[in-house]
Amino acid sequence: MENILQPWPWYVSGPLIALIMAVLVFFGKTFGMSSNLRTLCSIGGAGKYADFFKFDWKTQRWNLTVVLGAIIGGCIAVQFLSDGSTMDLSHETIADLNAYGFQNVGKSLLPAELYDWGNIMSLKGLAILVIAGFLVGFGTRYAGGCTSGHAITGLSNIQWPSLIAVIGFFVGGLIMTHLLFPLIF
Amino acid sequence: MKFLKFLLVGIFFGIVLVKSEAVSWYRIFEMFKFQSFHMYGIIGTAVGLGILFLWIFRKFKVKNIEGEKIKVPQKEKRFTRYILGGTIFGLGWALAGACPGPMYILLGTGASSILIVIAAALLGTFVYGLLRGKLPH
Repeated sequence: MENILQPWPWYVSGPLIALIMAVLVFFGKTFGMSSNLRTLCSIGGAGKYADFFKFDWKTQRWNLTVVLGAIIGGCIAVQFLSDGSTMDLSHETIADLNAYGFQNVGKSLLPAELYDWGNIMSLKGLAILVIAGFLVGFGTRYAGGCTSGHAITGLSNIQWPSLIAVIGFFVGGLIMTHLLFPLIF
Repeated sequence: MKFLKFLLVGIFFGIVLVKSEAVSWYRIFEMFKFQSFHMYGIIGTAVGLGILFLWIFRKFKVKNIEGEKIKVPQKEKRFTRYILGGTIFGLGWALAGACPGPMYILLGTGASSILIVIAAALLGTFVYGLLRGKLPH
């Protein structure tokens, strides 16, 4: 039980993610979380504005059920399966973030500097989360998948398109972290 | 009952991603800074074992629960959309510290402000749908 309550090492988590992908394929589906964003747009009536959203969203109910489960799983994990220990981040990461003015690095999953409502109520704080979310939503549909669909499923299936997309993920992530973060923080 | 198995897969997914800390903004920052092996270990083992699982499915002609041949849909052969879309996604992934799966999971962990990111992601998806015909793919 103690092992479960502590953070899980990568060599446990990685194989379990592969298992999730394989189980969904065995169930006749694919592992792709960003498709749900399109489905939710469709449910919200986006089909009136673009044909891209005109499809029978009911065929995607299984994936929305996975989302519901993921929310419940997140809740279970923090309520019952965590011992509240600080993340074992690298010292350089902590030092870099301290230099940006981040406090309590690794004490929670998300930095208060970005995700506390008090900070979001500033124009800059709100803009960061809105721009970040917009880029994820726009980019993932443009690329035809996200981390689950391209990086896990696509690479497991050895597809070139997914490798190109994952290279793109890293190009974008490296530009943001190395070039833009020093300007933002 | 049909949906129960998907609910259980989702619950398991949520637990694994929280316990692995892959839903943490800090882990994504650390990954893009190349300061820890943690995230590379997760993605690397997931893909390595994923290749093995799909190979076994094909090798032994495993049927899915619908009784059909196992297949993973091929993505269409393009370049521009993957590199441009991927880069745009990566910019947002590093800034938000969360991709679409973790967004939902973080909501479950009680991070209510992630709703702003989810709402903005829905807007981004919607705008893509509007502009799709005009974008190079």
